[in-house]
Amino acid sequence: MIEQMTDMTAEPKPMHEFIYDPDDQRMLLNFGPSHPATHGTLRLLLELDGERIVDCVPEIGYLHHGFEKLGEYRTYNQTVTITDRMNYLSPMNNNLAYILSVEQLFGIQVTKRAEYLRVILAELSRIMDHLICIGTHAMDLGAFTVLLYFIRERENIYNLFELLTGTRLTISYVRVGGFARDRDIPDAFFPMLHKVLAGLPAAIDEVDRLLSHNKIYLDRTKEVGVLSKEDAARYAVTGPCLRASAIPWDLRVQHPYSSYEDFEFDIPVGAIGDVYDRYLVRMEEMRQSIRIIQQAIAHFPDGPLNVDSDSKVMLPEKKEVYGSIEGLIHQFEVIMPNRGSRAPLGEAYVPTEAPNGELGYFIISNQGNGPYRFRVRPPSFYHFQVIPLLLRGRLLSDAVSVLSSLNIIAGELDR
Amino acid sequence: MFGMDWIDLGILLTKVMLVIAVNFLILMIMELAERRVSAFMQDRVGPNRVGPFGLLQPVADGIKFLFKEEITPSQVERTLYWLAPALVLVPALLTFSVIPFGMSFSAFGREITLQIADLQVGLLFIFALVSLAVYGTVLGGWAANSKYPLLGGLRASSQMISYELSIGMSIIGVLMLVGSLRLSEVVAYQTGSLFTILPRWNIFTQPLGFLIFLIASFAETNRLPFDLPETEPELVGGYHTEYSSMKFAMFFMGEYIALITTSALLTTLFLGGWDVPWVDEAALGSWGVLLSLAAFAVKTGFFLFLFLWVRWTLPRFRFDQLMHLGWKVLLPLAIVNILATGLFLYLAP
Repeated sequence: MIEQMTDMTAEPKPMHEFIYDPDDQRMLLNFGPSHPATHGTLRLLLELDGERIVDCVPEIGYLHHGFEKLGEYRTYNQTVTITDRMNYLSPMNNNLAYILSVEQLFGIQVTKRAEYLRVILAELSRIMDHLICIGTHAMDLGAFTVLLYFIRERENIYNLFELLTGTRLTISYVRVGGFARDRDIPDAFFPMLHKVLAGLPAAIDEVDRLLSHNKIYLDRTKEVGVLSKEDAARYAVTGPCLRASAIPWDLRVQHPYSSYEDFEFDIPVGAIGDVYDRYLVRMEEMRQSIRIIQQAIAHFPDGPLNVDSDSKVMLPEKKEVYGSIEGLIHQFEVIMPNRGSRAPLGEAYVPTEAPNGELGYFIISNQGNGPYRFRVRPPSFYHFQVIPLLLRGRLLSDAVSVLSSLNIIAGELDR
Repeated sequence: MFGMDWIDLGILLTKVMLVIAVNFLILMIMELAERRVSAFMQDRVGPNRVGPFGLLQPVADGIKFLFKEEITPSQVERTLYWLAPALVLVPALLTFSVIPFGMSFSAFGREITLQIADLQVGLLFIFALVSLAVYGTVLGGWAANSKYPLLGGLRASSQMISYELSIGMSIIGVLMLVGSLRLSEVVAYQTGSLFTILPRWNIFTQPLGFLIFLIASFAETNRLPFDLPETEPELVGGYHTEYSSMKFAMFFMGEYIALITTSALLTTLFLGGWDVPWVDEAALGSWGVLLSLAAFAVKTGFFLFLFLWVRWTLPRFRFDQLMHLGWKVLLPLAIVNILATGLFLYLAP
């Protein structure tokens, strides 16, 4: 049925050529698009010999929203709301990656305070993403309780986001030049943040005790789905999956953005790149994220949060809008589509280290008040390609283990 | 009929009804307990809305299942598809008929044993019925004529057969000690004390056998970490993927009844059945009977809780690892256990 694709450059066989042959002992199994382990809408076409996977064809497109096209019809600030719907597990990282590209396009330097707040929120989002990734991974392997221990912690972070941004899931908190609200950070924010950070290590340690030395878990994950160093690099795998394959590449260190150079943290690296290494890397990254947040709190700068409204990108304070003619004009300049804050002609791309890997928004401007074209580099899109490589010759149960360890988010995969 | 009169028949029918009723009552309690205990372990609230403390939740669930649409997919093999749920539930219920659940007492001028049938081949009867339950799962998976159930059915057949072997071997040690397949004698053997401090339960004389039996019974009852025939994240529900409404519920009822039976069997074989250690129940009269019933309930309840506890803690095995454990670890250990018991019986007076 499916020929072994040993030659990597060979054209993959089109879907319609998979024809049912009654004499063949092998079975074609649709793993998805609607399957409990896909956690989203994606499809793997598996060719099974008994329970052994002979070949696997991943298929994309079941959750295509046309986000990139939508972005062309919105202003720069409106597009923010699209970004956090791509990887809904870590909205802030998506917001941040997008807004950094836009700010590079505009040539705006945001305040140190804003950068630090962005780092805090981005790291919280990273923790959220890893919590759910490990949680659902454990759930797929049968340890359902782990997921709920982590959901409880994520709930605390959600409450914190609700306090700060007014929303829990799709926060859309950033704007060009700063943040959505003209008010400063609420007083209750930092005490609550401390409380959230105090609870996290306990939950991580608890799961550590439940899984990390569990014989059944080790059997299910060790030397399963091994992604070699070379393959990881060849398939443009990034993020925890790359670091699990023993390549210490982290954009927060190699190409710091948003003041990441101010913080001290370690890059956890795996040994052989199996499912277990990916799990360990994610666990350690959560601890490192907590470290970063604690440093950010300790050195949190004073001063204004948003850039000055003279920059013509940021809405002026409401007091000014209602109290002075300049303020009102500023407001209109930013808001009205026929005026608007127009970006200079050019292109921008800022790669960021999202929880899943490199996330960047390539934006082309033709001096409009929204992008002429924007293109996302979602990490899941690249990780989805390595699945056949990891699954060939393994058992059906490993498909679940591998899929969840790569943390494929259908929202950002299909955009 | 076999020298029975009306009173005997009445007593027998009462016992049968009682056992079935109590089994279904425990089934409902287990259904609620599964959700409340897991909620407790996972820091959740759990279902607490239907009735006081959510006690009527199983009733609500049952009504829901009854009113769900009964779907028979067009491609199924109808006879077997309809038969399979019953094949799971009925043998599980029948198994309880040979388990003694309390001390015998006299009433109506007769000796009344708290056991439906004290068969001479009690244990063999149980294993015959447990093997039958496999057919329900396998046929359910096959008759659905769909890919995921087929894989589930395949897993069920090989898993249950290989673990049945271990389970059968593990109790041979007990049989050698007791010298009878009659379950009432197994219980009678375990009364009294061992080295004056321990109760003479088989768990102390046959610790290895107990361990093998316990692990294998997880596999026999399809509970996590051995729930491979259904594995929701892999096989979408395995053998019962294509089932709906009450037929689907019957698979679940069968699973829980099998759980109750297995717990009762573990109690009978290894924990002294209804025996309360250091107490002579016979001297206490009717209180002794109640005490023996309570002891049986507590011990069975402990195992039921253990099944829940393990399910909500551990991840599950992969299929090849499961077979490895069954054939290469448990089975040799069971044989070693038989040899050791034989050696002990040969050397000890």
